[in-house]
Amino acid sequence: MNAHLLINSSYLLAAFLFILGLKRMSSPKTARSGIIWAGFGMGVATIAAFFTPHLGNIPLIIIAVMLGSFAAFVSAKKVAMTDMPQMIALYNGMGGGAAAAIAAVELIRVTNHGIGDYTLTVIILAVAGALIGAISLSGSVIAFAKLQGIIRTAWTFPMQQVFNLLIFLATLVLGYLIVTQSQDPAGISGMVLFAFFALALLFGILVAIPIGGADMPVIISLFNALTGLAVAFEGFVLGNAAMIIAGTVVGSAGTLLTQLMAKAMNRSLANVLFSGFGSKETGEAMDVDGSMKPIEAMDVSVMMAYAQNVIIVPGYGMAVAQAQHKVWELTKLLQDKGVNVRFAIHPVAGRMPGHMNVLLAEAGVPYDIIADLDEINADFQSADVALVIGANDVVNPVARIDPNSPIYGMPILDADKAKNVIVIKRGQGKGFSGVENHLFYADNTRMLYGDGQKMVAELSQHIKEF
Amino acid sequence: MSEVEITGIVALYIFMLAGFTGYEIISKVPVILHTPLMSGSNFVHGIVLVGAMIALGHAEGFLEQTIGFLGVILAAGNAVGGYVVTERMLEMFKSSEGK
Repeated sequence: MNAHLLINSSYLLAAFLFILGLKRMSSPKTARSGIIWAGFGMGVATIAAFFTPHLGNIPLIIIAVMLGSFAAFVSAKKVAMTDMPQMIALYNGMGGGAAAAIAAVELIRVTNHGIGDYTLTVIILAVAGALIGAISLSGSVIAFAKLQGIIRTAWTFPMQQVFNLLIFLATLVLGYLIVTQSQDPAGISGMVLFAFFALALLFGILVAIPIGGADMPVIISLFNALTGLAVAFEGFVLGNAAMIIAGTVVGSAGTLLTQLMAKAMNRSLANVLFSGFGSKETGEAMDVDGSMKPIEAMDVSVMMAYAQNVIIVPGYGMAVAQAQHKVWELTKLLQDKGVNVRFAIHPVAGRMPGHMNVLLAEAGVPYDIIADLDEINADFQSADVALVIGANDVVNPVARIDPNSPIYGMPILDADKAKNVIVIKRGQGKGFSGVENHLFYADNTRMLYGDGQKMVAELSQHIKEF
Repeated sequence: MSEVEITGIVALYIFMLAGFTGYEIISKVPVILHTPLMSGSNFVHGIVLVGAMIALGHAEGFLEQTIGFLGVILAAGNAVGGYVVTERMLEMFKSSEGK
């Protein structure tokens, strides 16, 4: 059998399995099998690559594959579910770096041996892929460092956007030089090549460094799309159809996903990229009427045990307190008493859209009692109790009524429409945005002060005794 | 260079069709799957591993080999890390009947 045909069929099969896998990953019922199919495709393509004709340096390749796989496998097995977003950023950056490395190897060869049989298009795409890949690498590393808490501040300075633009333009000029020099008998200057990569990496850092933590997921998703594009470009350079297809699919899917995320957070992509949160001038905030009314755990448990419909609104605070397992225990106890319990998830409830679902899934909460904002908002009116744990801004009715508020216009969960609202909260502080939460002062709201995990455990204890 | 020549216009066709495919796949995804799906698509561009292997496979001289070597390490990290975290997340999604 013809070796080329076999290798190329393997790549075709891999591309098919990637698309099938992603399709299956877009529904919770089939998602698990989706990643397994895609993984199978990756295995097929990797084995096929070993049979590439005239492949040299095979011991080096094997060592590098083993080193990279081992390090990634160990770190990926260890990472906590709460830290998932930054790990995704890191692996994505590695992909971008790999695409840039491919371009570097090819361009260095052109520098040393002349253009050979490369066409102008190939050089242009190699340079474009290198630029995007390098930006994705350094930007993702910064995103990782920020979410991991290694870098704590959103670093801004005057004229930042002008400075960034100049760096970007300088990188483009160097890229243009590489392309023109490649057509020249004198060849590409090594200095220009080095400066191009250095500036591209610097630009990635500059893009990511002023972004605030809450907006980071959108940026990570954007870098993910960019890496896909870089991989597609380098796929063209190497004449590898699997890379072109997989890279382009991720590029366009990632772009759409980025837009969906930005929309879920009520921001536009431009807004995320070019402005810090809360930096816009706002007028005087509305005054709050009433006071916060405390309640005891015993009373809450009676209220919940004899309710018909309970909606739990978890926020990132719940995950930080590691209370999700206790919450699921409480839910099961209530279900045994015939209470209809559901979870209402705001799109930005975790660190990125969908993150809270992952955290609840980790605790064992089945996905069919978890509802999105659109699905559940109308049902709050018929809920006897809305239990808010570790969520704040996402249930603040001020977003509906006060145009001066920085969170005005953000879609919120209508927890305030439930007959009774119970808020479990450590103290009387404000939310992430620093906005006073009117829900806490409402007539139908009672505050259960204390640590999330302890309070939920106490509720379960009381309910068991009934 | 490859044995199967992918010319400019054919590459454009592939770009166009794959672009629409990606868009269509994602357009009806519920928010609950945004994080795993981002992670899954992150894994899929781990196919860069194949390219990195080919690049290292014809690298000559210390500089090319070093960069190619780093490229393969990074690419393998992308593919393996991306797979493991996605699988770990999706493994946990269960429905009430599923137990």
